[in-house]
Amino acid sequence: MNDSNVIFPIPEELTKQLSSLSAQQQSFLAGYLWASSQQATTDVAIPTAAASVAKPKRKINVISISQTGNAAGIAKKLTEKLQAESLDANLTSAGSYKARQLTKEDIVIIVTSTQGDGESPEEGMSLYNFLFAKKAPKLDGVSFAVIGLGDSSYPLFCQAGIEFDTKLGELGGERLLDRVDADVDFEPVSDAWIEQVVTKLKDVAGSGPALKVVASAATDDVHTQSEFNKDNPYTATLLKNHKLVTEDADKVVMHIEIDLDESGLHYQAGDALGVITNNPSDLVDEVLSLNGLSGDESVESRKGTTTIGQALTGQCDLNQLTPKFLADYASSANDDVLTALVEDKDKLQGYQAWTPLLGLLQDYPQKLNEQRLYDGLKPLTPRLYSIASSQEEVGEEVHLCVGLVDIDCKDKRYTGSASGLLSNRLEEGDELQVFIEHNPRFRLPKNADTPVIMIGPGTGIAPFRSFMQQRRADEAKGKNWLIFGNRHYRSDFLYHAEWVDYRDQGLLNDCSLAWSRDGDEKVYVQDKIREQAEQFWQWLEQGAHIYICGDASRMAKDVEKAILDVIAKQGGKDEDEATEYLNEIRQEDRYQRDVY
Amino acid sequence: MSAFDLDHKQSDQAPELIVKGKFADNERLKGDSNFLRGTIEKDLRDKLNSGFRGDNFQLIRFHGMYAQDDRDIRPDLVSRKLEPRKNIMLRCRLPGGIITPEQWLGIDKFATESTDYGSIRITNRQTFQFHGVLKENIKPMHQWLHHLGLDSIATAGDVNRNVLCTTNPIESQLHREAYAAAKTLSEHLLPKTRAYAEIWLDEEKKFSTEDDNKNYEPILGEKYLPRKFKTTVIIPPHNDVDMHANDMNFVAIADETGDKLAGFNVIVGGGLSFTHGLKSTYPIIAREFGYIPADKIIACGEAILTVQRDWGNRVDRTNAKTRYTLERVGVETFKAEVERRMNHTFEDIRPYELTERGDRIGWTKGVEGFHHLALFIENGRLLGEKKQGLAEIAKIHKGDFRLTANQNLIVAGVAEEHKADIESIARAHGLIADTTQQRQRAMACVSLPTCPLAMAEAERYLPTFIDKIEGMLTKHNIPDDYLITRIAGCPNGCGRAMLAELGLVGKAPGRYNMYIGGNRAGSRVPKQYLENASTDEILNATDGLIERWSKERETKEEFGDFVIRAGIIQEVKLSATDFWD
Repeated sequence: MNDSNVIFPIPEELTKQLSSLSAQQQSFLAGYLWASSQQATTDVAIPTAAASVAKPKRKINVISISQTGNAAGIAKKLTEKLQAESLDANLTSAGSYKARQLTKEDIVIIVTSTQGDGESPEEGMSLYNFLFAKKAPKLDGVSFAVIGLGDSSYPLFCQAGIEFDTKLGELGGERLLDRVDADVDFEPVSDAWIEQVVTKLKDVAGSGPALKVVASAATDDVHTQSEFNKDNPYTATLLKNHKLVTEDADKVVMHIEIDLDESGLHYQAGDALGVITNNPSDLVDEVLSLNGLSGDESVESRKGTTTIGQALTGQCDLNQLTPKFLADYASSANDDVLTALVEDKDKLQGYQAWTPLLGLLQDYPQKLNEQRLYDGLKPLTPRLYSIASSQEEVGEEVHLCVGLVDIDCKDKRYTGSASGLLSNRLEEGDELQVFIEHNPRFRLPKNADTPVIMIGPGTGIAPFRSFMQQRRADEAKGKNWLIFGNRHYRSDFLYHAEWVDYRDQGLLNDCSLAWSRDGDEKVYVQDKIREQAEQFWQWLEQGAHIYICGDASRMAKDVEKAILDVIAKQGGKDEDEATEYLNEIRQEDRYQRDVY
Repeated sequence: MSAFDLDHKQSDQAPELIVKGKFADNERLKGDSNFLRGTIEKDLRDKLNSGFRGDNFQLIRFHGMYAQDDRDIRPDLVSRKLEPRKNIMLRCRLPGGIITPEQWLGIDKFATESTDYGSIRITNRQTFQFHGVLKENIKPMHQWLHHLGLDSIATAGDVNRNVLCTTNPIESQLHREAYAAAKTLSEHLLPKTRAYAEIWLDEEKKFSTEDDNKNYEPILGEKYLPRKFKTTVIIPPHNDVDMHANDMNFVAIADETGDKLAGFNVIVGGGLSFTHGLKSTYPIIAREFGYIPADKIIACGEAILTVQRDWGNRVDRTNAKTRYTLERVGVETFKAEVERRMNHTFEDIRPYELTERGDRIGWTKGVEGFHHLALFIENGRLLGEKKQGLAEIAKIHKGDFRLTANQNLIVAGVAEEHKADIESIARAHGLIADTTQQRQRAMACVSLPTCPLAMAEAERYLPTFIDKIEGMLTKHNIPDDYLITRIAGCPNGCGRAMLAELGLVGKAPGRYNMYIGGNRAGSRVPKQYLENASTDEILNATDGLIERWSKERETKEEFGDFVIRAGIIQEVKLSATDFWD
C-alpha cells in the first residue's frame, strides 16, 4: 500500500496516518468513505445560491445521557433524521460534554434515561451537578427539548428527565416541546417524539443544505465493528457455570464463562455483556395455571402472533409489575384490600417493589384472559452484566460474576430470569444469546502508571477482575487498591484465591476488606474508606482513579459520602469545596461509576 | 544388642565431620528469621491471606504450629476460586505428658469453642494437639494457653521437641525423679529467643545488640539444629515412649533399693522417617553410648545435642538427623566428642530390659496407695461424648491427668473414696469399654484431612482395619492374641509404623506399602512385604499371614518373630543395607 511507485491522489501525511490503522479499521474506513463519497455530490460539492440566501441555520446539539445504550440509540436516530433534513445537528454523549458549554448552546435536545433510584445515569452527573449547583447558570437564549426514558415499575419514573426538563426551564431556557416520558417498551413513544422534534426543528432551526456531519458517539474507544448487537445478538456457548461461594453462604454467586468463539465480538475492561433472557418453565406453568390457561392460547404480541406460553417465556417480565397493571388488575379483582392498596401510593409502591406476578395472583386470585395478561406485563429486557474478564487473558471467552436471584412465592422458590438462566437452567455446552454493551464511562486510566482504587462490594467486584487481568497483561506499573466487602470472609470472598495471587505477584498493592456479618458490628466498604482516609487521600493526590461498581441505591451513595468526608478532612476543605473537588476529578474521568 | 553396635562405615580414613556444600534453604530461613520472629506479626495482621506466607509458613513450627488446611474440602473450595480452609494445628509442650484437671478444662473449652473439629487429639508425643484453628483465633489461643500455664514453644521445627517420659504412676518415687529430669532437660534445651513471648503474648520487645545475638541461643545456635530432635526418658521395662524413634534416650537405672534414680543408660540416634524410593533414607534403631550418673543428664544431653548441631548435615535435609550423623562419622567418633564436651566418660551400659510398649488399661494401684485409671482412647481422638466425659472427670478429680505415648490418658492419683465416682462417669461416657489387645495396641498418625503431607488415610482407616484383623484373629482361633499394628499416612514417621509388627505406610489414596517383622518390644525395624498395595490386597495378605502364624508358631512366638523365622520376610539387622534390599 505504501509502495512509492504508486501515486495516490491523497496527501502523503494522510496515507502515513492511514498506514497506522489496523486491518479492521482500514476496512471500516473504506466502507465509510465509499458511502460518504456517494453523498458528496449533493451534500458538499455544489454550494447553491439558495444556501447562501437562506437564513443561517441554528446549531442543534443532541446530548445523550445513557446507562444501557437505549438513550444513546434514540439520540443517534434523532441526529441522523435531523441531518437527513439538512439541519445542523451534532450528537454528543454527556460523558464527554463540558457542562459549562451549555450556556453557549443554541438548541439542546436531551435524551436521558433514569437509574433505578431516580438519578441521572453516571455520565450525566457532571451536567446534572452543573445545573443544580448553588451558582446556577443562566440559560436565556438556549432552547431545549427533553425525552426521558424510565421504568414505571420503579417509584421515581423518568425522574432524571423530569429534573433536567424542569431545571432547564427554570434557568431561563425556552421549551420547544413538552417533555415526553417513555417506559421500558419505549420505541413507539420515542419514534413519535423524534418525528415531533424533527417537525419542530425544521420549523425553527432553518433549512438548507448542510455538510453531512458524522455522528460521533463521542467516545474515545475504538470499537471494532461486529455484526452482532442488541437487536442481532450472537448465539454463544456456555462453557462453565459454578459457584463462587461456599454451600453455607447466605447468597449464591456464580462464575460464568461464555465462549464468543468466532463472533468477532470484542470488549474492553469495563464493558458489559447483554444476555437475552427468558423465564423458567415452572414459573410460566404456574402463572398459566393460576389464570386457567393451557399456554396454547394465541396472543398478539410485539413480535407477532404467538402462544401465551411462548410469550410469557420469552417476552414478558414476570417479576416487576407496573402500577398501571396493578390498577387494571384491581379493577376487576373484586377485592377491597387490593382496591385500597392501589389507591394508597406508598403502599402500592411497597407492594409493587416486592411482589412478582405470581405473588399477586396468589394474594388476590382472579383469572385474566391471555391478551389482557400479555398486555399488562412489561417486556422482558436483556440483562446487562459487568464483564469480569479481559480478552488479553481469556481470548474469545467472556466471564461474568452473577448473583443468583431467588423469587420466593409462598412455599415455592423460583430462580430469577437471567441469573437463573445462567446459573441453573443452562448447562455447560448450551447456547445463549448475548451482545456486548460498551461502557466508555468505565475505563482504566490511559496512563498505565496511574494508580487505581477499585470499590466494589458483592458482585460489584466483577469489572475489577477484568481490570486486574488487563493491568497484568499491560504490565501496568500503576498501583492497584481493592476495597471489597461482602457478608463473610470465609464463605463469600469472591475470587479470593485470585486476589491472593494478584497480591503475591505484586500486582495488588493494597486490599481493604469489609465483612458485614463476621463480627459484632457490621462493617461496610465505606467504613474501610474512612478507616484508610489518609492513604485514600494520598492516592487521590497522586492522581488515582476511583472506580465504584455495584448497588446504586445505597452503596454508591454511602461510598460517595465517605469519599467526600475523606476529601474534606484530609484535604482541609469544607463541604462545598469537597463536592467541587469530586466534581473536578469526575470531569477528569478520575471518578467513574458502574452502578445499577 | 551387639549387632547394632557395629559401625558399618568405619574405615581407616578420618570421617567427614561437617558436610560441605550449598546449605539447604531452611538454613537461610532460620538464619534470616531474627531468632524465629520472621514476619509472623505481619501475617497475623494480613486480612487477605488466611494463612502464613513464605518463610513464616515454616517458622510458626518453631512456635508449635503447622499450617494446614482441610483437605477434604480443598478441591471444592479451589473449584470455587476460594482459598483452601487454611488453619493451624497446635502441638502443646507438655514434658512427660502431665496436665492438671484445671488445665484440661481450659483446653477442652478452647477445643470446643474455637477449633474447626472441636476435638482434643492426644498424640504419641505425649501431648495434645488442637486441629483446625483459624488465623484470628491463634493469638487468643496462645494467650489462653499461657493463662493456663501452658505453651507450645519448640514442639516442632529444628529444635529439641517435647521430651517424653515413661508414664508410670505406680512406682512414683522413680517416676517422679525421671519426670523431673525430663522436665529440666526440656527446659534447658528450649530456644532462648523471646520471639514467642513477643509475638503471641504481647510481651515487650527487647531489641538486642549484635553481641547479644551471638549469645542469644547459646545451645541451639542462631541457625538452630539441622533437623528435628527428639528426646525421651525411659523407665524400664516399659518402652511406651518407643525409644528407637528418638534421637536421644535416657534409660533410668534405679539404685539398689529399686525405687530411687541412680543414673541413665544413654542411647542415641534412633529415628523412623524415610522417603519413598530414596535409599539414602531409612528407619534405624538407636545405639548404646554408655551409662552416666543421674546428675550428668543435663551436661550429657546438651553435649549430644550440640555435637549434632555442629556435625549434622545442613546441606541435605533428608540426611540431617542425628542417626545419619552417627552413620557418617561413626559411633565412636561421635561418642568421644560427646565425652569431651560433657567432660565425662561414659561407663558401661547397665543391664536393662525393655519388654513392653502398651499401656495397662483399667485401674492400677500405685505404691503410695493412690489409684490410677488408664483409659483407652482410640487414635487419641477425644470428641463429643468421650471428651465431655473427661471434662466431667476433670471437674471432680483431685490428682492429675497423664497423656501417654500410646495416645491414651491416665486419670492418676485417685484416692480410694473417689474411685467409684470417677469410674461411673467414665462408664457413662463410653470411656471404659471392652476392647481387644489388638485394638488397644494399634496406632495411627492424624493424616487426612488435616496433615498436608498425608498420602493416604491413617487415623480414619485404623478402626476399620482393626475390625478386620480382629475378625481374622477370631477366625483363626486366636482372638485374644495381637500383633502390633500401626498405620502412617506417609513415611515421615509420626505413626511409628516402622516399629510395628505390621505397619502400613501411605503411598496414595487407598494404597500403602506393607511392612512386617518388627517386634513387640519395639527394638526391630520391619521390612517391606507389599508395595503400593490396595487395602484389599493388604487384608488378603494379612489373613494368610495370621493363618500361618496361628498354625505354625512356636509357643508364645510373636507375629513379627514368626514371619522372620518362617522366612516370609528378611530381618532388618543393619538398616542402611537391609531396609531397602
